[in-house]
Amino acid sequence: MAGLFVKIMKFLRTYRRPGYFEKPDHRWTMVVDLDRCIGCTACVTACYAENNLSVVGKEDCGNSRNMSWIRIEKYVEGEFPDVKIKFIPIMCQHCGKAPCEVACPTYATYHNQDGLNVQVYNRCVGTFTCAVYCPYDVRRFNWFSWKREKPLDEQYNPDVTVREKGVMEKCTFCNHRIRAAKDRAKDEGRRPLRDGEVVPACVQSCPSGALVFGDGLDPDSKVSKMAKSDRNYRLLEELNTDPSVIYLKRVVNDESSRQA
Amino acid sequence: MKTPSVQVNRLIMESKENSQRALYEKVNQDIVDTMTQSGSHYYLALGLSFFGFIVFWIIPWIYQLITGQGLTGLNTPSVWGIYLVNFVFWIGISHSGTLLSAILFITETPWRRAIYRSAEAMTFFSVLTAAFFIFVHMGRPWNFYWLVPLPNFRYLWVNFSSPLMFDVFAIGTYMTSSAIFLYFGSIPDLAAVRDRVTGWRKTIYTTLALGWRGTDFEWHWLFRAYTFFAVLIVPLAVSVHSIVSWDFALSNVAGFAETIFAPYFVVGAVYSGSAGIITLIAILRKTLKMEKYITPDHFNKVNMLLVALSLIWTYINILEIMTSYYANNIFENDILAYRLWTPPYSYLFRLMILLNSVFPLLLIFKKVRFSITLSVLISLGINVGMWLERYLIIAPSLSRKFLPYMWHNYFPSWIEISITLGSFCFFTMLFLLFVKFWPSVSIYEVKEDCGILLKK
Repeated sequence: MAGLFVKIMKFLRTYRRPGYFEKPDHRWTMVVDLDRCIGCTACVTACYAENNLSVVGKEDCGNSRNMSWIRIEKYVEGEFPDVKIKFIPIMCQHCGKAPCEVACPTYATYHNQDGLNVQVYNRCVGTFTCAVYCPYDVRRFNWFSWKREKPLDEQYNPDVTVREKGVMEKCTFCNHRIRAAKDRAKDEGRRPLRDGEVVPACVQSCPSGALVFGDGLDPDSKVSKMAKSDRNYRLLEELNTDPSVIYLKRVVNDESSRQA
Repeated sequence: MKTPSVQVNRLIMESKENSQRALYEKVNQDIVDTMTQSGSHYYLALGLSFFGFIVFWIIPWIYQLITGQGLTGLNTPSVWGIYLVNFVFWIGISHSGTLLSAILFITETPWRRAIYRSAEAMTFFSVLTAAFFIFVHMGRPWNFYWLVPLPNFRYLWVNFSSPLMFDVFAIGTYMTSSAIFLYFGSIPDLAAVRDRVTGWRKTIYTTLALGWRGTDFEWHWLFRAYTFFAVLIVPLAVSVHSIVSWDFALSNVAGFAETIFAPYFVVGAVYSGSAGIITLIAILRKTLKMEKYITPDHFNKVNMLLVALSLIWTYINILEIMTSYYANNIFENDILAYRLWTPPYSYLFRLMILLNSVFPLLLIFKKVRFSITLSVLISLGINVGMWLERYLIIAPSLSRKFLPYMWHNYFPSWIEISITLGSFCFFTMLFLLFVKFWPSVSIYEVKEDCGILLKK
């Protein structure tokens, strides 16, 4: 009886899960070295240019509706003479156990074979549930169909969809670049990809090299080595979301760094 | 040869039957009159509610469809606003009609008869209003059919692990079964109406009555079918609002992820629904002149239910706060403090406690229970309080999510308030149409009150 039950459960599991769920091709990972981050927001600008993000204007920015997929969160601590400013770049964490994927009724957001948490704009019906379930608030909703003025529409990146109103969007780890690299690698007859072959826009533009991107499944990749650092932590890890973005803690000359 | 005593007995029986027939005819005529005789006030009310529905709901909604959800007060952490509050509120209102009717039917409670029809209609119409709010809330409602598991050439399927998917099925099932329940219970009445009207009405009711003749066979099977649906609907109604609560409880957002939510929502729903019934039957009683059929005792009975539900609701509310506090999770603590102590939510919270936990305690006194004015006031208060409860769950929890950098307050914009108003107009309009197109009091069961029992 127990054996039969196990058999049925095994069948159901194989039936319900596509093959890549068990063994994904990659686990794209980003390491953010906060010791190197200078908070220059070059990554934010690069992301705007690369991913056709809408520029919403002053008023909607004030209503917390800016469309930035990556943001530098800035926290000011203390009163005037003793002010400490802390900042941290936050983008979609591409959680291994993403709360948003459970919530989407139409599979508009799902986990793909690269270990990415992807968003299919065409499939999105705009129930907002993924944004509610996301603990990092990285999902951005298209409140209007923002249009670019005449000469500026020439700047659109042809590799990335321009989203219309009523659709949720978020950081894709520059999925179009990953696709292009995979295609190129396939044409050249080699798999998997070499380390450093895929570079998202934010990583490419980071002047201090604080952002590093690579495959977390590959033990020899740069990110895998950096992730082993003593300073590593993941954002809101206690929520058990298994994020793919690994932060390396900033070391400063005070008590907070000495404890660890 | 019959003995004189037998003859006398027969005479008494005959006169009794005659008087009963006259009484029955009176009941029939009274109810049919509520459907055919409408004064200028009725048309005024219908016109106003239709006007409100178009102006407050349809036109702003079309504007929102063309422009985008940006017209609302929603922003990035607070992506759920009062559209969702209204959705939960109307689903809640729907939870008493059919559920109460079914429970009272199973337990053979006599006072159910005069009020259950309008209560069931309330269920159906409020589920309809709630369902429309899903469309208003969605970013791209024209793609709604993607939430339905239709076989299609692109091999796209729906995500059955999503609580929204549960919602689609739960609400769909609930809407259909409460409509069928309402219809089954009305078939003999539709036949009674069919026999007493002329003209275009005759055609409608002939179709609707499905050739009902009132034979023993028909009564038997009607009773069987009705009992089946009554038994089906009780667990269904409980599951529907549990599922609505899982839209929130399955997330990890502090203030949403509470295990108490399913019973909390179900109790809250039945509570607000019962309060809705009080308001509704008070209006029906006044406007349709049904003082004979809907008596203060009916109010008394529903009010007793309200006291019990009020106490349970208060208990669960305390429990929710206690467990969040006791867990001592930093996020939960912050949300709790934000909700309980920070204006404007602190004022709303106190108002909610006053309306939902304190005022209904007045119903402990018999005089208050029998007083229609007071019970209407208290029930309106409960509905306001229950609306606030949903608002206090959604708005503070989302505007204070995990990362403080993204914190942003939510305040409903004009379009959200307008569509909320429009939903009340829509509900009123449906109900006004209902009282003219459907016998709003069960004729055959009211007769049971004044005569022989229903043949089963």
